[in-house]
Amino acid sequence: MNAIPSTQGSVIVKAAVLVIAALLLFAPFLFQDVRSLEVAARICVFIVLVASYDLLIGYTGIVSFAHTMFFGFGAYGAAIALKQMGPGWDAVALGAVAGMAVSLVVAVAVGLLSLRVKAIFFAMITLATASVALVLASQLSQFTGGEDGITYRSPDIFKTATKLFVDEEGKVVRIFGVRLNGKLAAYYFVFFTSLAMFLFMLRLVGSPIGTVLKAIRENEARAEAIGYRVVAYRTFVFVIAALLASLAGTVYAIWLKYTGPDTTLSFAIMIDILLMVVIGGMGTMWGAVIGAVLMVMAQYYLRDLMGTAAEATANIPLLPEVLNPDRWLFWLGIIFILLVYFFPKGIAGTIAQKGARA
Amino acid sequence: MTQPSLVTQDLTIRFGGHVAVNAVSCEFRPGELTVIVGPNGAGKTTYFNLISGQLTATSGKVLKDGTDLTAMAPSARAHHGIGRAFQLTNLFPGLTVLENIRLAVQARSGAGWKLLRRVEALTELTEKAERYLEATKLTDKAHQPASALPHGDQRKLEVALLMAMEPDIYMFDEPTAGMSLDHAPDVLDLIAEIKKDRTKTVLLVEHKMDVVRALADRIIVLHNGELLADGPPEEVMSSQIVRDVYLGKSTEAA
Repeated sequence: MNAIPSTQGSVIVKAAVLVIAALLLFAPFLFQDVRSLEVAARICVFIVLVASYDLLIGYTGIVSFAHTMFFGFGAYGAAIALKQMGPGWDAVALGAVAGMAVSLVVAVAVGLLSLRVKAIFFAMITLATASVALVLASQLSQFTGGEDGITYRSPDIFKTATKLFVDEEGKVVRIFGVRLNGKLAAYYFVFFTSLAMFLFMLRLVGSPIGTVLKAIRENEARAEAIGYRVVAYRTFVFVIAALLASLAGTVYAIWLKYTGPDTTLSFAIMIDILLMVVIGGMGTMWGAVIGAVLMVMAQYYLRDLMGTAAEATANIPLLPEVLNPDRWLFWLGIIFILLVYFFPKGIAGTIAQKGARA
Repeated sequence: MTQPSLVTQDLTIRFGGHVAVNAVSCEFRPGELTVIVGPNGAGKTTYFNLISGQLTATSGKVLKDGTDLTAMAPSARAHHGIGRAFQLTNLFPGLTVLENIRLAVQARSGAGWKLLRRVEALTELTEKAERYLEATKLTDKAHQPASALPHGDQRKLEVALLMAMEPDIYMFDEPTAGMSLDHAPDVLDLIAEIKKDRTKTVLLVEHKMDVVRALADRIIVLHNGELLADGPPEEVMSSQIVRDVYLGKSTEAA
């Protein structure tokens, strides 16, 4: 009686997520090229970013357009610190803390001032705040590098030239042909920090507070009537999501060694996050994983795939034109529409329902 | 006589020029079930909203055991023992029946801010919730989403939610509204059960006269936002003024 009946579908979703986790864990060994590792690291960071956004939109029903702003605070914090102080863990720590401090202040201010108003007004306020942040980042170019962004070095241990283990001849040790160098260390730094943040969120949504957040989404007035201070819970989750996004930004900044408006602050990323949440499934942490993986993979590989397809169909009229890699956004759009049509609750949400008890 | 648990003093709310509740002063005691009657638009639900905090009074006070609740948010009033059920079914539709009740138990226990405990690990909350499921005969539906329940069971869940809050003051707003005759007794039995516990104060808005007769210790009549009559059921029901209100005669003509 106590056990929550798990459906066949939810087992499939969890198995898929486990496979993804295993692939990400062994990514440097399975996919031994620079681009694949780039994709894997981006997936790790975006899983955290999307999952933290899902805490807002999927669990609590808060629509915010300022999530990339918090991501940007963390990234710029680390970037500016690393640029000004040189590569070192002190700069990373200072940057991370500064980014989180700014995120905390802004999130509390926006949250307390405006979470009482209707959802649509709150969404507009976050949009305005995020626009201001974007303009500031490009205007304060002596700190932020403006539109060009900032290039810097990350701590020495993450340099590709760093040898983590050397053999007798002083060459870097290889395992399964993979050099144990700084790049590998950097990837695992990204992987494990992202994993820790994801597990924290998983715990959060499974805790009593997670149920309260869902209750607020389902029926705000009744949640208040049975004794939950809705404004406090909403502000809390808004702040937590902002801090996680900020930390994810710091991690991504360390990995990329470059921070600019296009990598962290732009509204294009905000749209990506929204799409990932919708594709994966709102209100489920697993959905964030699936959405982030599919979307990042599509962004990186759809063009390659279409190029191959266009070549393969070179002799057939019209098809090569349609499959031209330049039209990848068109196909991404079609895929998105089909996904929403066939998976109305997102991939994880819809599959998890399969086999559900009536 | 016991001390009143709930007091409203000159409780008034104005919406622009319209006075929806006008200077209602009333005392409610533990062990007493008071039925609030009055024609549509009399201000019964508004009076309830002023007590449980969905609306804030323009003037006057709400006191619970001497504590002034007038300026508090609904959640704070809930922690002071005010439990309120709603006229229209007002549940957490996407959550299961068990989750619905556990939320109320959890609010009462103050565990809502525990971030890193798994819900399942807090077994005492679940066990308590299951006791309320049993009391309301909803146990076999524990894992269904509330939205999937038939209307009668949703009304029962509404009552279960209120019981799980373990309030001192129970406020029911037409608990049998829209229920078929064969289901209504279930909910009424639950209310009778609560009434048996002589430490609870029960307020009930109800139209059905047989229900009123069966349960009421006392009746108050609201009309146009004003307290028109207050007394034992026989006395109030036989009074001329109440007949006039219910028969639609204007009070001026009477």
